[in-house]
Amino acid sequence: MPDKTTGQEIVGRGNAEGGRLFRNWFDSLTTAKERNEPAAYVFVMGSLQEILRVFDYHTVFPEIHSLQMAVRRVAHEYLMEAEDYGYSPDICGYVKADVALQLRGGAHPMGSIPKPSLGILTNACNTYMKWGEIWERMYECPTFTIDAPGSRAIKSLDWRQDSYFESDRKYVEAQLRELIALCEKLTNKKFDIDKLRDILGKTNRMSAAYRRVLELNKSHPALFNALNEGTIYLGVVNALRGTAEGAQYFEDLVEEMEYKAAHGIGTLRDEKYRLSIVGVPCYPIFRRFYELFSEWGGTFVTSSYLWFASGGADLGFQYDLNRPIESLSEGVLISLRHAMDAMFFQNQWIVDQIDSFDVDGVVYHPIKSCRTTSTGLADNRRWVMESRDVATLFIESDMMDKRVVSEAQMKNRIDAFFEGLATRRLHAQTGS
Amino acid sequence: MTPVFNEWRNKPLDEILYQCRELVEDTDFPTVKKWRADGGKILGHFQVYFPEEIAHAAGMLPVKLRGSQIDRKRADSHFGSYLCSIVRSSLELCLTKTVDIDIFVTHPICDVARNLAGIWGRNFEYPCQILYLPQNANSAYSVQYTRDEYARVQGEIEKIAGKKISDDALRNSIRVFNENRRLLREVYAIKRETPWLLSIDEAYVLVNSAGLMPREEHNELLATVIPLIKTRNAKKQDKIRIVFEGGFCEQPPLDLLRVIGNSCYVVDDDLLIGLRWILNDVPADGDPLKNLANAYINDSSYSPVQHDLRKPKEKMLYKRVQDAGAQAAIITAAKMCEPGLDEQVAYSKYLDEKNVPYFVSEFEEKMTGFDHVQIQLETFVENILFE
Repeated sequence: MPDKTTGQEIVGRGNAEGGRLFRNWFDSLTTAKERNEPAAYVFVMGSLQEILRVFDYHTVFPEIHSLQMAVRRVAHEYLMEAEDYGYSPDICGYVKADVALQLRGGAHPMGSIPKPSLGILTNACNTYMKWGEIWERMYECPTFTIDAPGSRAIKSLDWRQDSYFESDRKYVEAQLRELIALCEKLTNKKFDIDKLRDILGKTNRMSAAYRRVLELNKSHPALFNALNEGTIYLGVVNALRGTAEGAQYFEDLVEEMEYKAAHGIGTLRDEKYRLSIVGVPCYPIFRRFYELFSEWGGTFVTSSYLWFASGGADLGFQYDLNRPIESLSEGVLISLRHAMDAMFFQNQWIVDQIDSFDVDGVVYHPIKSCRTTSTGLADNRRWVMESRDVATLFIESDMMDKRVVSEAQMKNRIDAFFEGLATRRLHAQTGS
Repeated sequence: MTPVFNEWRNKPLDEILYQCRELVEDTDFPTVKKWRADGGKILGHFQVYFPEEIAHAAGMLPVKLRGSQIDRKRADSHFGSYLCSIVRSSLELCLTKTVDIDIFVTHPICDVARNLAGIWGRNFEYPCQILYLPQNANSAYSVQYTRDEYARVQGEIEKIAGKKISDDALRNSIRVFNENRRLLREVYAIKRETPWLLSIDEAYVLVNSAGLMPREEHNELLATVIPLIKTRNAKKQDKIRIVFEGGFCEQPPLDLLRVIGNSCYVVDDDLLIGLRWILNDVPADGDPLKNLANAYINDSSYSPVQHDLRKPKEKMLYKRVQDAGAQAAIITAAKMCEPGLDEQVAYSKYLDEKNVPYFVSEFEEKMTGFDHVQIQLETFVENILFE
């Protein structure tokens, strides 16, 4: 065993191990395809792996394989192919990349993606449902929608106070039971409630640790960058949800972050500005996008992405293993609602993060591809600026389509943002 | 309450249609203003469908917020790029109090619309809600859930109206709206069976005006105008019969519909489908909310913003084409409307399979130039006529 207390093994372990686990998971999809094993297509918000793992489904995350195309700088090839097929330049790039991937028989720069045996859609994003309809048409595969009604208004975000929570929960529970029946029929396997309990227990460990990791980033300096390192964590929290490996990974990550916090080890050597990012990363220039901020000493200490794209795992919801299905319905509803709040009603959260994470500036990154996460951001920014004297930056680009990513323009805006932050700090120091 | 729209009364058919056109194109929403000036309360609901019977039973005016061809001076600063026009113009109408409402309701119909409760909620003091219409229409529990959600919204409406809504009041409203839907079906039957009697733009203003006045008034208007249309002196022309698809949310400019009507008989469409979402009479006995919920899920039309395994959209469109005896389809989508643009692909592939000619285009509520579309459409029509 390595001597963790020296820190030589522990610091940086999360990034390396996260990368390894993620690659292994991706490789397992290629193997699943070769062996013709069943694969369920799921989304990051509401993947329902707790049920799917009971029936031994491999889970494919089309959002993840699409974004990996952008990170690997081949997304434009897939986008163009889907546009040639008929899709508009003005729709979600993830969808188009996946369409082209399907047209190519699953060929992906990281391996080969199996066809869907089942599609699980949720209402967390309406495009999920349009996307699922594409698979229905391409493969005539069964799809199942989990509809978890979200918060009804900005002024009532506490589900404990909602008179309609129980009605919503019953609706979700009924759907989960219908999904179980469908899986039994499709796989010819009997539902095993003890297996579900075991998986829920692993998700509990993972969620509690994930929540702790995010909280630990209140440390000064910040322990991880929510933009790039956070994306590694997101990959694992989604792909390995409900597994022993996933739970262990996050418990080890907590250990690493606590070690770094105790020893004052930050993700940047010289952290000058603590930032919060609202929206999805700019994957076509993923590394460069991070550098445009880090070169100024800017670290993203929080990100709404780590909230919604984890399907609400940041809440750390703990399933009651004594009543697994009822508790799963509560967890799915609460977590999905929380994820949706992160996109539609996140203004108070941003203000809370500014206060509790000592945030100097908020970066809004609306994107062409995703109206779910982008529609309210301009208005949100106005509200936040009225609530707090905080610097904000509003930059529009895309998470897939490099045709709408202008690095030079972006750099100008970002440089001006940091110059403004420096001036603010100077004025604060001089009291002017 | 006194009637809000009297300009059509005791007028000949062409004058009635002219007055309806003036009303629909009036960016000042005079009937809504009149209702407000007379002390009435207003529920503004975003597209596509809202169970207006509930607001009606509370004595409120349900107004369909479906955008407008207005200059946007304030709303654009609340939105980024890459968004449809209807959300911007609808917000502009409310920010400027052109449409002054007491409660705003949106729906999870698309990724943009579900953001509107947050945007409205940050800018207005009155309640701004999402009515969570079910997205899993195929669950056995969806009717009960929808009934409960309607009851929740009913509670919100009662707070605004300052009174309880009785089941009998709801049943009465259901009867009023059943009558309205029946009359709208008659309008569509005229379009389908004798399209030379009623052009697409004329039918459209008759339908659209339903969202701008109390439904009893609209019933009176339709009951008067339908016999006049049926006895109209109009000659059948050599035009192709088409279905227009893509008008379920943002509305095309009336001039675009007029251009289409110049070369085609539009024998069916999905324009303002929410007003015609429920296909048959809703039972007025029993639990009225459950009846409304059941009708929404089990006795309804289709649109790109509802996922229902029983209603594959491309097959539904093909059925619409067949049922209307149409020769072709116009498949449009509002600019930046993701559900509409997604569906264009499915529609066109399926119509290819079925050998149905189609014309693909995009529109925006504020577009003003139609020459290009007209030329393209005429070419499309000639290809069919002289095939």
